[in-house]
Order: sequence, then structure tokens, then C-alpha cells
Amino acid sequence: MDNFLALFGEYDVLGAFLVNIELTLWSALFSLVLGVVLVMMRISPISSLRAVAGGYVELFKNMPLTIIMVFMVLGAYAQLKLTFSDTFATNFFWLAVTGLSLYTAAFVCEALRSGINTVPLGQAEAARALGLNFMQSAGLIILPQAFRGSVAPLGNTLIALLKNSTVAAAASVSTETSSLMSEMIEFHADAIIEIFLIFAIGYVILIIPIGILTTYLSNKLAVRR
Amino acid sequence: MRQPETLATGRSDAGYPLVELSHVDKHYDKLHVLKDINLTVNKGEVLVVVGPSGSGKSTMCRTINRLETIDSGVIRVDGKPLPQEGKELANLRAEVGMVFQSFNLFANKTILENVTLAPIKVRHMDKKEAEDLAMDLLDRVGVASQAGKMPSQLSGGQQQRVAIARALAMRPKVMLFDEPTSALDPEMVNEVLDVMVELAHEGMTMICVTHEMGFARKAADRIVFMADGRILESGTPDEFFDHPKTDRAKDFLSKILTH
Repeated sequence: MDNFLALFGEYDVLGAFLVNIELTLWSALFSLVLGVVLVMMRISPISSLRAVAGGYVELFKNMPLTIIMVFMVLGAYAQLKLTFSDTFATNFFWLAVTGLSLYTAAFVCEALRSGINTVPLGQAEAARALGLNFMQSAGLIILPQAFRGSVAPLGNTLIALLKNSTVAAAASVSTETSSLMSEMIEFHADAIIEIFLIFAIGYVILIIPIGILTTYLSNKLAVRR
Repeated sequence: MRQPETLATGRSDAGYPLVELSHVDKHYDKLHVLKDINLTVNKGEVLVVVGPSGSGKSTMCRTINRLETIDSGVIRVDGKPLPQEGKELANLRAEVGMVFQSFNLFANKTILENVTLAPIKVRHMDKKEAEDLAMDLLDRVGVASQAGKMPSQLSGGQQQRVAIARALAMRPKVMLFDEPTSALDPEMVNEVLDVMVELAHEGMTMICVTHEMGFARKAADRIVFMADGRILESGTPDEFFDHPKTDRAKDFLSKILTH
């Protein structure tokens, strides 16, 4: 117990978790926006848009996240000069958010597409038969129902995103949890069990409520047919 | 006393061709589902399409607002050939009302929103005006008291009557009914047919694919009999039911009328 208190006194553990939560929230927001755009492209009547979105999803879904994160630093930042801020930490934070968002958007797109598959074809036919155009049918009828049908997979994507946010260490975000854990182990190898428990339990505490909430919302928001 | 308004846009200048299909062909891969279909429906006419299942009647109905594409031939609505896609196609669909077998009410919208959605979004009608129109139509099909509910809370018959009101809210030139009573429990069939008969009497141009022979006899101006993707007979209800010309039609009628 003394070990725990000493570790909490010496290191800003809560601050590190906060960095991961921030990474997660920003990435969730951006990947949701990009995921919606991608899924609309995938169901659009224009075949070239469908192909581009399909290619994007296959590429990012099948690429390891670490490679994307390393690319954000060594490729996008060092070579292509993509810079968000002159402050070192801020810059790498947003590079990490960009990498996480690009990666997670592919999974958001797939989650929403599974939701779209729960919407009967007749809903789209009825919308078209009334003279609604593609954007109106998608925005007013198909996507609202698809969202409600994909709460559970979207929740799983959010959980994966929160855990994936530790890969931000690969994008030189040095204040987040996995970086802090490495640092703590380096200086307190004698307290390695306590250190593991702190981070393991920390993530479990963060993630269990997300699971409970998605299960609840999934039932509450389910479209009655 | 106020004259009761009609559901339809009126039966004036009846007689000119509103929907024309000429030499329409369609395949599903190797299956030839529509074979050289030629059909003209005049304004104010109530056409009932009957035939065995798989005869292509639903497919033909769905080609008229291009929910199904065609391989060759021409379909004209109010003199204009059917647009291929885009805004013009949306505009045409707004003029053609459609009622589906499975109702297809928008599951994420209330009954009132189902009826007001298209007038507001497509016709850019003022919200208040659209709601007045919707309540008026819902009242006429007898479900005004359900306006605030979600579709899943209504019976099948009520849902289908809402679907009819939703289509009528666009003030369509012609209404397509694709087996509107086939998915209903038997005790709900008549409440939907009553609304359709009323519409027919008010002069709405209607194309109905149905198995309801009582309705066909009572409301139709003309019956078209389809089998194997072809139109085999076309005539008045009396001609068709009492003196069918082809063996296929005789066979079909003997199977459905001998209970």
C-alpha cells in the first residue's frame, strides 16, 4: 500500500490518464465525422466515391496502428512538414490525434455500415419514391436509424480507441500512460506489480462504464419495427 | 356548408394519357421479367393489374417511378420520358405516389413526421402548412388520433393508411399501389381497400397491383392480366371476370374464384 501511495506521490498518474482521455475524445470526434463521410461515400450512387471509401477502409483497417503513428512523426511531420504547433508536446499530441482518427475512422465506417445493414431496403425506397434526394434520404432516414442500430459496435470501437491511445507513445506523446508506465518501471523495478496494477485497473475503471453505457443505449435506442 | 375537399387533385379533363409504357423490356440476368410491355393509363383511370406471382406485375409497377430500371423501351409520365437519375428523377418521383406492400413508414419518425417530411423537404412547404395538410389527410384515412405515435405502435392496417396519406401529401398525379394489402391481417384488408375505393371515386389516377378481386371488380375501370412477363389481357372488370379470353386467365380465375 505504501508503494502505491509513494508512486502516486512521485508521478502524475491521473494526469497521464487525462492525456489518454483527451487523445480519445478528440480522435473519437474526428473519426466519427470522417467515418460518417466514408460510410455515405460507400452507399452513394456514385461508383468512384464508393471505390475511394472502400479503398480507404481496407487500407487503414488492415494497417497496424503503430506504423501509422510512426509515419505521422517520421513521414507526415519530419518529411512532409505537417506541423500543428511550435510547442513540441502540443504538436505531437495533434499528430497522434490525426493518426488515431485516420485509423479509427475505418472502423467507425464499418460499424456504421453494419448499422445500415439493419435498415430495411424499403426505408430507402420509400424515401426515394417521395422525391427525397440521396443526401436527404441518407441524412434524414438511413443514417439516424443506422446509428441507433450500431451503438454496440460503435461502443466497441470507442473502447478499442481508448486502449489504442497508448500507441500515441509511438508518436512521441511522452506524457500519456504507457510512456509513464515505462518510465516508472525504469526507476522502480522493485514495484513492478503495483505499477502494472495501477494502469491495468485504471483502464478497467475507464472502460467498464463505456460497456455498460453502450449496452444500455443499444437497447434504449433500438429502432422498433 | 363547406364542400368536402377531395383527396385527389380532381377528375377534370379526364382522358389524356398520364402514364405510357411502350415496348418495355427488363431482364434479371437471364430471366426475362418484362416482355414488350405496352400500356397506357389515362388521367382519372383506375387500372388494376392482376396475375399469378412471378408474372412481373410488381416489377412493372416499380418501373413507373424507376425503383426498377428497364433495359429498353420508353416510359412516359404526363408526356415526359422518365429521367435517368438526379434531380429530375427526384422531381418525377415527387409527382408519383407509391404505396408498398410492407408499408415502409419511416421507423425513426412519428406518424405526423412521416407525412410532413416530403412536403417540407421536397416541396419546401412551411412546417405549419405541412402539418395542417398532414392532419387533414390523416383524418380522412381515419388515423388522425395516432399522429404522435411511432409507426411500430400502429396496426398494419393503420400503418398502410398512413402510407397512403404520406403519398397523397405530395399531391401526386398518379398513385401506384404495389400489393398494398398482401402483408395485412385479413381483418385489416378492408379498412385499406375502403380508402382506396374512396380515392378511386374521387378521380385519382391509380395503378394497383393486387390480389383483391372484390376491389378489382368494384373500383377498377380496367383490368390488366399479366403472366410470364407479358400483358395477356386488358379489359373492363366485367369482360375480364365473366369472359376471359386466354386460357391462362381462365386458369388463373378458376384457381382464385372457386372457393
